[in-house]
Amino acid sequence: MTRYVLRRAGQGVFVLWAAFTVAFFVLYLLPSDPAALVASGGGEVSQVDPTQLAALRAEHGLDRPILVQYGDALLGALAGDFGASYVSGASATALVAQALPETLRLTGAALLVAVLGGTAVAVASVLPRARFLRQALSALPPLGVALPTFFVGLVLLQWFSFRLPVFPAIGNEGAVSLVLPTITLAVPAGAQLAQILSRSLRGTLGEPYVETAWAKGASRARVHLAHALRNAAIPAFTVLGVMVGGLLGGAVVTETVFSRQGLGRLTVQSVNQQDVPVVLAIVVFSALVFVVVTLVVDLVYPVLDPRIQLRTPRAASRRAASRRATAVTA
Amino acid sequence: MTRTTASTPVLEISGLEVAYRTADGGHRPAVRGVDLRVGAGEVVALVGESGSGKSTTAHAALHLLPRGGEVTAGRLRLDGRDLSGLTEKEWQDVRGRHVGLVPQDPTVSLNPVVRVGDQVAEVLVVHGLVRRADARVRAVELLRQAGVDDPAARARQYPHQLSGGLRQRVLIAIAIAAGPRLIVADEPTSALDVTVQRRILDHLDALARETGTAVLLITHDLGVAADRADRIVVLQDGVVVEEGPAARLLDDPRHPYTRALIAAAPSLASSRLVVGARDGGAREGAAQGGEAPPSSAEPAPVLALDGVRKEFALPRGAERRTLVAVDDVSLAVGPGRTYALVGESGSGKTTTARLALRLERPSAGRVVFRGEDVTAARGRELRSLRRGFQVVYQSPYASLDPRFTVEQIVTEPLRAYGVGDRAERADRVRSLIDDVALPVDVLRRGPRELSGGQRQRVAIARALALRPDLVVLDEPVSALDVSVQAQILELLVRLQAEHGLAYLFVSHDLAVVRQVADQVGVMRRGRIVEQGAADQILLDPQEDYTRELVAAIPGRRARSGTST
Amino acid sequence: MTLQTLTRPVVTDASAPDPAATPARHGGARRALRGARHVLRRPGLLVAVAVLLVVAAWAVAPQVFTAQDPLVGVPADRLQPPSGAHWFGTDHLGRDVYARAVHGASLTLRTTALAVAVGLVLGSLLGLLAGFLRGWVDDVVGRLVDVLLAIPSILLSLAIITALGFGPVKVAIAVGIGSVATFARVMRAEVLRVSTSVYVEAARASGLRWPAVLGRHVLPNSSGPVLALVALDLGTAVLAVSALSFLGYGTPPPAPEWGALVSGGRDYLATAWWLTTLPGLVIVAVVLAANRVSRALEKTGEDQ
Repeated sequence: MTRYVLRRAGQGVFVLWAAFTVAFFVLYLLPSDPAALVASGGGEVSQVDPTQLAALRAEHGLDRPILVQYGDALLGALAGDFGASYVSGASATALVAQALPETLRLTGAALLVAVLGGTAVAVASVLPRARFLRQALSALPPLGVALPTFFVGLVLLQWFSFRLPVFPAIGNEGAVSLVLPTITLAVPAGAQLAQILSRSLRGTLGEPYVETAWAKGASRARVHLAHALRNAAIPAFTVLGVMVGGLLGGAVVTETVFSRQGLGRLTVQSVNQQDVPVVLAIVVFSALVFVVVTLVVDLVYPVLDPRIQLRTPRAASRRAASRRATAVTA
Repeated sequence: MTRTTASTPVLEISGLEVAYRTADGGHRPAVRGVDLRVGAGEVVALVGESGSGKSTTAHAALHLLPRGGEVTAGRLRLDGRDLSGLTEKEWQDVRGRHVGLVPQDPTVSLNPVVRVGDQVAEVLVVHGLVRRADARVRAVELLRQAGVDDPAARARQYPHQLSGGLRQRVLIAIAIAAGPRLIVADEPTSALDVTVQRRILDHLDALARETGTAVLLITHDLGVAADRADRIVVLQDGVVVEEGPAARLLDDPRHPYTRALIAAAPSLASSRLVVGARDGGAREGAAQGGEAPPSSAEPAPVLALDGVRKEFALPRGAERRTLVAVDDVSLAVGPGRTYALVGESGSGKTTTARLALRLERPSAGRVVFRGEDVTAARGRELRSLRRGFQVVYQSPYASLDPRFTVEQIVTEPLRAYGVGDRAERADRVRSLIDDVALPVDVLRRGPRELSGGQRQRVAIARALALRPDLVVLDEPVSALDVSVQAQILELLVRLQAEHGLAYLFVSHDLAVVRQVADQVGVMRRGRIVEQGAADQILLDPQEDYTRELVAAIPGRRARSGTST
Repeated sequence: MTLQTLTRPVVTDASAPDPAATPARHGGARRALRGARHVLRRPGLLVAVAVLLVVAAWAVAPQVFTAQDPLVGVPADRLQPPSGAHWFGTDHLGRDVYARAVHGASLTLRTTALAVAVGLVLGSLLGLLAGFLRGWVDDVVGRLVDVLLAIPSILLSLAIITALGFGPVKVAIAVGIGSVATFARVMRAEVLRVSTSVYVEAARASGLRWPAVLGRHVLPNSSGPVLALVALDLGTAVLAVSALSFLGYGTPPPAPEWGALVSGGRDYLATAWWLTTLPGLVIVAVVLAANRVSRALEKTGEDQ
């Protein structure tokens, strides 16, 4: 058991390292010159004074060979140090930590709403006896995944902040300000979950063991909830990591629409200013969240599915495969 | 052993008609006016091939038709009570409580994430028969009744931890839990190995007789029906063509379809097929068994396996490093002869066949083809060898590329080896299709438009295209209905005689093997436990395991009644 | 013991062919005809195909659909609600929003198409290599896919934009790389499924060489789900591209890219609902249509 956890943690560390490496080389090797951008201060790059540029390069260590820079950055990242922001000079890690609580509140609330709402819609799209009701409800998830986040946010603002002034349009003040952003962020995630779950439910409802349950004389609700849903939830559960990652990504647009402070806004600012260290820190942080959630999912998995035992590596790779597969159909 | 039927039958079906909605909005009738009675303590077998409506009839008795299925006419009575107008809620009280179901495939019919004891207890709980706390205790008792050893421990296990046979016993426990008046057993053992199959059926039989429960047994196998049923009802295309006491129906079938089924049923047939008058004498001699000394007088074998072994690496972290699938297997297939490799699932027979085809490389031992050691052959050499040995797979649905036409499928090996020009290849394909007794117009069709038997004929034509010496037949008829099975077996025997083919015939079904084999090898856990001339093995097995296999062939009751 | 002979009564092959199977016709025209009939019988699918065709026509020949100028407005007509003259109303400069949406189609769709192409080419190449060669190549690709899945795709796209800078082509590359993992995975799974299928083994056993097996059996039979994914990814990419253009990373204003159109209406939420809602609904319609077509493609794949 401990060995298994250690090995899985090791795999997680590998994914983190690889994510860091991919992000580092994307950010540092690609054509634009961050130092020139910083020195220009938003003006024309060509007008930058060469000596000033060289000084800036030296300051951020950009004049060294790329592999040396990489080694340095990796060592720093291991200690939680992603360097200083090109723009403000503050530590990238500190900036992320500062922006984090608001975003965690938002994504946490959205995750809750998405899981509850998504499950409810999925069950409701197979449970009712009336065919038209099932059909109407099963049209919801495909609609939900087709809605752009910014569009949902703006329409909600229009109706519930301007036409009916129920919720504040912008800002981070209190729980009320969280309602519209939470719904906005939860719609695509919940719809995705509902799509995976209802597809999986339809599959399990055709399984022979469900027929056995019918043959026992179990009620419709019992067959659907105690037998089908329990089995259908398993593949949906494996995408939790991808889902949480998706919520972090969705926060970028949501926080912009509702002018909230948080990680998403920090991302937009940093991208706008090509503030490479901060972007790197954010990307690695999101990968960390994915790795941790996935590890927790894997450890809880055998409770849901007794067929899977922790120890065998095959089980882990099967889970990973299922995660990849389900992530695609999402 | 027919017993008198009580005045009120437990199940009485009259004029039942069931139709399925089709994609274009029409209705396709599946059951057309079936009448059926099952008395208390009576076992009635409903026999038919796929598409005969036997399973639909069974499911109608539980009001559990698949999506799109609908009872369009007829009455259903249980102990005299008319069930026709029941609501869905009222049916919930009937199912499980008064009618139990033993489903087809035990490996997928239990909820994988619930302990088996709880699955048995659930029946009692949903019908409010015992208090929740007592249900578990009662479930253990039921598992014991269903023949599960150490039921208290088993009750706490999950389905995947039990063998197929044990799972079927759990399902029997579920079916009998509420003490129903009727048990519907839908092909209860066709997914199980023969030896397990026999024990399960024995047990179900005994339970029914003890408790006076009526049993409706659905089966495609007349042999099983003959062994188990008091009465047999034969269904064809949704219509009952004949019914009667089991012994009468087998001895004196009146409907031509029943006669054809009996003739085709491998478990009721008793000896090797031969080709008309031609070559018959020689074959008869061979079939008579052991006098011919095994290899010395015979010509050099086409294929010989010499102590072959195959290990598969297991993933790291498993208890053992490797799995030995095939262990020190030696066998020889003579020209124009059939060597049958028999075994239950997991015995290593298919891996052995794949080794013979050089689709796997043996871990040890030699593969000798036409006197030449081909164990290490690879690349171009192996490709040129492949012309000499071809294969026919179990599933004719999976072995043909769905995008190809029959013509493309059969032409492919010819093209691969650049045999002839376009016109010559077309001629060759035509004659091959003719050889397997298919009409020429199938050439333009795709495999999806053909029936299972036709597809298997196409697969055979493809295997013969390069005029091989050896054809490996991997369960070639297991996926087919009995009557089609018989035709394919006849075809194989005829082609063997005409082309002098050697067959390596892999099968789990001794009844089928008996019809085609000259030599038989019995495999268990990767080893050949016994091999020799077919009649010797089948009539006078030396090993306990072989004896058990032979005894498990269904249809013994009928054979002992008719063949003397 | 009785000897059986071939004089036994012959039972006709009772198992009928799959009734759902329609006669396979080989030939492009007939297949297209069958496809058209398939679409006509499904009203939802018909609408979806129509939406995609109309939007594609907007992109190719916008001037056919609107005579108004997308960039130069009539100041007197500013912030008009939708009417017969201005179907989608007008914006704060008096520009016709419908004309902007029509002219924006080519920008948005070109970016989207490029993004899908990047994802498809890179992803299916990786997947094909992994599924066909297996072994360590498969391991490496599998790990890469894991890593790409670990980074939320919009953050990955943003990182690439940080490095490349702004503009439609850069947005397309960024979005395309975000979908590489998905294509790689589906392609790998399909190639693996087909190349371990019995009919491929049968082809191998009958002596076919590997390149022929790949070309004749593996690729044709694994293309279906990948095609369905292309349609699905078209929808996803429209969403991603318009989100990035909403954030301001696409073509600079006043170009009427769809995401930027919606974004431009943000300051008038209280007074001019049509500025955000109507262009937004255009995006929703396109994504829904693409997803519907994807589902239809997936279904026909399953039937095969």
